[in-house]
Amino acid sequence: MDTTEFLIKLILVISVFGISLLIAMYSTYAERKVAAFLQDRLGPNRAGPFGILQPVADGVKMFMKEEIIPANADKFLFIAGPSLMMLTACMTGVVIPWGGELTIGRNTFNLQITDVNIGLLYIFGVVSIGVYGIMIGAWASNNKYSLMGGLRASSQMISYELAMGISIIALVMTTGTLSTKEIVEQQSSWHWNILYQPLGFLIFLVCAFAETNRTPFDLPECETELIGGFHTEYSSMKLGFYLFAEYINMFISSAILATLYFGGYNFPFIESWGLSPNAVTIIGTLLFFGKIFFFIFFFMWVRWTIPRFRYDQLMNLGWKVMIPLALFNLFITGIITLWRNGAF
Amino acid sequence: MYSTPYDYLPMAIMAAVAFGFVAVTMAATHLLGPKRKSEVKLDTFECGIESQQNARFPFSIKYFLIAILFVLFDVEVIFMYPWAVNFKEGGLEGFIEMLVFIGILLAGYLYIIKKGALKWE
Repeated sequence: MDTTEFLIKLILVISVFGISLLIAMYSTYAERKVAAFLQDRLGPNRAGPFGILQPVADGVKMFMKEEIIPANADKFLFIAGPSLMMLTACMTGVVIPWGGELTIGRNTFNLQITDVNIGLLYIFGVVSIGVYGIMIGAWASNNKYSLMGGLRASSQMISYELAMGISIIALVMTTGTLSTKEIVEQQSSWHWNILYQPLGFLIFLVCAFAETNRTPFDLPECETELIGGFHTEYSSMKLGFYLFAEYINMFISSAILATLYFGGYNFPFIESWGLSPNAVTIIGTLLFFGKIFFFIFFFMWVRWTIPRFRYDQLMNLGWKVMIPLALFNLFITGIITLWRNGAF
Repeated sequence: MYSTPYDYLPMAIMAAVAFGFVAVTMAATHLLGPKRKSEVKLDTFECGIESQQNARFPFSIKYFLIAILFVLFDVEVIFMYPWAVNFKEGGLEGFIEMLVFIGILLAGYLYIIKKGALKWE
């Protein structure tokens, strides 16, 4: 890898990082506006026109608040918890294919930062480290509510990770690769995986809600029982990191959903419009972001529509419904794929 | 498809960028905020009453059980990934072999359900 190539990668990394932060920032604003819309309120409308400067105001407020580390807390782990959460949330964007190839002059740029043959495995590896961020922060606080919240969060996340893993295996059986780029390219035009894996998609979607701790699975921070859950003792930007990481995770989950099941940057009949390759790439990327925004909206829509589960219901759903359903999906996928390939 | 070590370099760059951001933000919030600490403020929060003892107490064994079961099942799931990538080459034979494997897995799964390991009250 020479210097120019390295610089291009660096620019791409920084722009993906910046875009994730920006989208997460405005997701907090969008969440409040969507909530307001669904509950027939106005929502934030004071900071700037229509309140669009609200996330900036919130950020500044977070920075200017006093940083409190409880006397009984483990100081190092107390800081390490939110840092780890934020770090893992930011790291997954690197293998997501944001678009096709862009040709400028004689150079072609790939809009995916890196395409490794274990892309999916990398995503799940990094996402599962996120559990440690919650667990470390919760334990380090030395607070009973935090501990309960942390225990709930880790049990919930690991339980749904199983079903998520099995639903992905069914997808990998049909695609035959773990590279995210190849998975997207196989879904050209209208051959989206949602058509071949509807049940797998449903399982993945439910697990994505559980993994990001969103309603109806937001028991870790269930405020009526546990005050703030695992971040009860946190203040200033450390609290900000926990809340912010949730939005980045939501953005990344939406991107993964769009990549794996909704064709990534593909769109039906885009080839037949007779556009130049660069235009197709740019439109594809915009459409990809459109799909991501739809899923982010969907996350919010569900949050303000459905009440949360009771803990035993949550665990039963994870272990006794999702896992058998995912195995059933795997079985059906195997049979159909073999039948289509003429094995019997 | 083969990946070279260079393909993994951007991941390290991303990790470095994210780490830098986290470190700078943590330092900034530490320096910017006011520092008016008092004994009561640094006490553990407990609904307004005086805090009772330490939070390092034994908790329900159920959570440990879930964690152990997760490790067991997740290792099995990891075994399925290489098989799933090569599923089409494996054909019917490979599929039946995996069904045997999943069958054994399911037997263990039914066992833990019968034992009541997943029962929450």
